[in-house]
Amino acid sequence: MAQIKNSSDPKTKRWSRRAWLRLAGLGSLSGGAALASRSLAAGQADPVAASTPDRLGSGMGPVGRVSTESFDPTRFLRTWNFSDLPVDTRAQFYRETPEADGTTLREYELFAVDREIEIAPGVFFPAWTYNGQVPGPTIRATAGDHLRINFVNQGSHPHTLHFHGWHPPGMDGSLRPHQVMPGDSFLYEFDAEPFGLHLYHCHANPLKRHVHKGLYGTFIVDPPSPRPPADELVIVMNAFDTNFDADNEVYAANTVAGFYMQEPIGVRVGQLVRMYLVNLTEFDLINSLHLHGMFFDVVRTGTSLKASESTDTIMLCQGERAILETTFRYPGDFMFHAHQSEFAELGWMGLFRAEGNRVT
Amino acid sequence: MSPSREPGRADRAGRRRGVVLWALAAFPLVLVGGLIWVVFSSDLADAMRGEGYPPVEELVFQRVSLRPDGIVATVLNDGPDPVTIAQVQVDDAYWSFSADSSATLARLGRTTLTIPYPWVHGDTHVLRLVTSTGVTFDHEIAVAVETPRPSVWSFGIFTLIGLYVGVIPVAIGLMWRPFVSRASRTAVDFLLALTIGLLLFLLIESGHEGLEAASLAPSSFQAVALFVFSALAAFVGLEMVAAWLRARRRDAGASVGQGWILALLVATGIGLHNFGEGLAIGAAFALGEATFGLVLIVGFALHNTTEGLAIVAPLAREPVRVSQLMGLGALAGAPTIAGTWVGGLIYSPIWSVLFLAVGAGAIAQVVVQLARQIAGEQSIAQHVATAPVAGGLFAGVVVMYVTGLIVG
Repeated sequence: MAQIKNSSDPKTKRWSRRAWLRLAGLGSLSGGAALASRSLAAGQADPVAASTPDRLGSGMGPVGRVSTESFDPTRFLRTWNFSDLPVDTRAQFYRETPEADGTTLREYELFAVDREIEIAPGVFFPAWTYNGQVPGPTIRATAGDHLRINFVNQGSHPHTLHFHGWHPPGMDGSLRPHQVMPGDSFLYEFDAEPFGLHLYHCHANPLKRHVHKGLYGTFIVDPPSPRPPADELVIVMNAFDTNFDADNEVYAANTVAGFYMQEPIGVRVGQLVRMYLVNLTEFDLINSLHLHGMFFDVVRTGTSLKASESTDTIMLCQGERAILETTFRYPGDFMFHAHQSEFAELGWMGLFRAEGNRVT
Repeated sequence: MSPSREPGRADRAGRRRGVVLWALAAFPLVLVGGLIWVVFSSDLADAMRGEGYPPVEELVFQRVSLRPDGIVATVLNDGPDPVTIAQVQVDDAYWSFSADSSATLARLGRTTLTIPYPWVHGDTHVLRLVTSTGVTFDHEIAVAVETPRPSVWSFGIFTLIGLYVGVIPVAIGLMWRPFVSRASRTAVDFLLALTIGLLLFLLIESGHEGLEAASLAPSSFQAVALFVFSALAAFVGLEMVAAWLRARRRDAGASVGQGWILALLVATGIGLHNFGEGLAIGAAFALGEATFGLVLIVGFALHNTTEGLAIVAPLAREPVRVSQLMGLGALAGAPTIAGTWVGGLIYSPIWSVLFLAVGAGAIAQVVVQLARQIAGEQSIAQHVATAPVAGGLFAGVVVMYVTGLIVG
């Protein structure tokens, strides 16, 4: 970025202390003047009342709409193993082969590529992506499945795939010998274990930059006996530091600021909803999800079949994740957002729109 | 053959020489035009910095005002490349906004953003523009108060401020006239030197404030050069006025005294300075950067009262009517009122730079005039070495410094 203006630079401070004090003198003068001209000022309303326009704050939120041509957050919610692609195209990126022991061999084609993405209407971020999207494609397998992931680095920097889960050290994608140079490729091979909700991300140095530039995705390992059927949603909490000051300007669920406020997530009243919630926010220590009007059951890291708690607000550290299950009781709009109000107002805010009749 | 014998041919030859002269003058300009065409048509800049190089983005806030229905900000593109304002944050929240023209600004393009934000009286708010490339530009509203809009009420308030800060203190200073007229020759020298001291102090202050304002102005306006050359222009302009006044006096048979001309010039210089000061004051008040404190009125009164003394000092040996004194006082003090109006209602930093510069140039010219008057036939350097003059200079600076301390 060529010209980054740090606005908190003390040099840009408008007034010297002297000038300030000097004006303070004037303030009192005008105060006196205001008193003196009170009759004149009778038309002026109470300053507090006068200074609170639009008390509803209905102007909050980004202006405009993003293009969903290259990345549609609504479609992303319910897509894994490239399930949104037509059969023949899908085969280029994902193939599954049943094996004799009842497990499945799952083969993936992933590539790293530099790409400008739209993270808020009109705001473009020079991202590093897996397969051109942030978050990267969701990978989903059943515990015990064999994974074979061919990774091609088409980007401008060394990148890797670092999966959370059990795998041999050589498949870790973190240490110096694991780095995949631009133009090179690497075949990751390991079994999907243990069952739970995991993630993958680039582990090249500098780590912070490779993560916040967008190289991350969700890795779901289903238990051998599947969880009950549900409407399943992948929600990645992420953020973008657009001016590279180690502080995020845009926060979101699934990349696009305020997207689900404009396009609510449609769910059915009475149907079990399962959220795979992953925190991949960089720079901020924690992120959270709060659901309005409802509670949800929490399975931390998804490594159990039983919920450990029931709450309406869950806090996750960087890289932490949890499976949330809920059943909407009423039709209508239910807000969900980070309970860090700052994150919410910088884009991490959305709506569930529940349809159907009230369940008693 | 001499040209005078054949005027026709000589004319033609002269015209030809003229044409050749113009062509020679224009030739490099044509070449420069060609160079510019080549630079523009070959995308030279892109070739030099490489493809996909991020644009250089630079936005400056020109004016931010608070209205009952929200925040209104005028923004200027001060960088070489076009900038698109994609989103606006207020206090770390994305907020809706509308731009009065396109949100994409070409170099030196300007737009006014209206943001329906429920700002809070007395609080601090931070406005942040996010461009299409994610670069951010901030503006802090230190103390949120409704920006005065042109109305009887706001004009009244600004007039009162100007009266207190400019007109009344200067008028009080003029009351030294009876004392000055009875003082001895040495005392008058002392007072004139004191005046020079006061003005030198104001000159330094104007320079400082002007350059400070210049640092806030968009860099494209080259505000420092603007300040220096506006000051020079004011200096030269006033020199010409002074010369004209003296010439008129000679023509009219010296009906107007040398001291009167000087006093007039001093009043003009101080008036211009006070206009600049009023501008800064009005702007700060309008931007919600003024707070309250009673002691400081006293400081202001003292500080600016000395300006009145500076005006009457040159009149020590001349008869002056009260109406003339009032005229001089108005000339020096009233521009403060006009300054607060302009500053409070249509402020931008570049105006401050211009007017502070004109004030500085005017004061410098007055200092030179006064020094000439004190020195008379002697050299100025010689004269400064005398006790009353050196003492007066020193006293003038000290008075300004000490009263300045009270102001802050």
